[in-house]
Amino acid sequence: MAAAGFFYLFAVLAVASGAMVILAKNPVHAVLFLILSFFNAAGLFVLLGAEFLAMLLVIVYVGAVSVLFLFVVMMLDVDFAALKAGFINNAKIGALVGGVVLAELVALFSYRGLALAPTLSAASPIPAASSGITNTQALGDIIYTKYVFFFQSAGLILLVAMIGAIVLTLKHRAGVKRQSISEQVARTAKALEVVKVPSGGSVIPAAKHPEAAE
Amino acid sequence: MTIGLGHYLTVAACLFTLGIFGIFINRKNVIVILMSIELILLAVNINLVAFSHFNGDLVGQVFALFVLTVAAAESAVGLAIIVVYFRNRGSIAVEDVNMMKG
Repeated sequence: MAAAGFFYLFAVLAVASGAMVILAKNPVHAVLFLILSFFNAAGLFVLLGAEFLAMLLVIVYVGAVSVLFLFVVMMLDVDFAALKAGFINNAKIGALVGGVVLAELVALFSYRGLALAPTLSAASPIPAASSGITNTQALGDIIYTKYVFFFQSAGLILLVAMIGAIVLTLKHRAGVKRQSISEQVARTAKALEVVKVPSGGSVIPAAKHPEAAE
Repeated sequence: MTIGLGHYLTVAACLFTLGIFGIFINRKNVIVILMSIELILLAVNINLVAFSHFNGDLVGQVFALFVLTVAAAESAVGLAIIVVYFRNRGSIAVEDVNMMKG
């Protein structure tokens, strides 16, 4: 009974905050509602017994992706009110397409029926609660053995995304003084000059080396 | 009453529809479009985990893990493109994106 109550709490909050994400006028509020939606989805995952994925959702999405969104929204000085123009016009088409998608999904569910019998030939059965194997351990058991190639590919995708994001946003400004190690190493004794200063006189380096006077 | 697979699929269907609706009504604002894509991927993940639970098969959760990875990579690259685009144009209106074609 409590599980049903929690399900409805998480489900209603997730859908409501999902609606606020797309309807909020201020994009900072939209990001915050996105975070709320992810938290409630994580709650649903816990109810489904996927604790590891729930924690991953909170850490990866709320901790990294949403904060990245927040950074970009706050960093870019954009007039968001101007971007809202044509809202009503687009809303009609959006409502049409969204309504069709929802109707198709509901029709499919009601046609197929949702009484799903557990398949006897599960590729990697979920271990019984009595076996003492946690969700994280069970996931690790198959990720690092059966699906290790996909795991490595996921790592490669993240590496490519990281390099891509850095290459895209890295800016080489002109006029920034940088250290040139090869030039420093290649310096010879000619760079120095010993000058005999007559007593009472002075040496004006500006006359010989105009750049040295600066 | 017991919560079955249908309940979770309904939640995921609602989130998926909201994501598609969000892409249409915020057609000029790329950041909200990216957030709508995140909502769609979240709905897909809920579906995968729900099927994994009610089928008694752990593979659905492994797949949801990889969907999560790809979604994170996608949003990082997408936001980087938005930052570069804003630097060049001073705006993030999607309508003028076709100026980038060669």
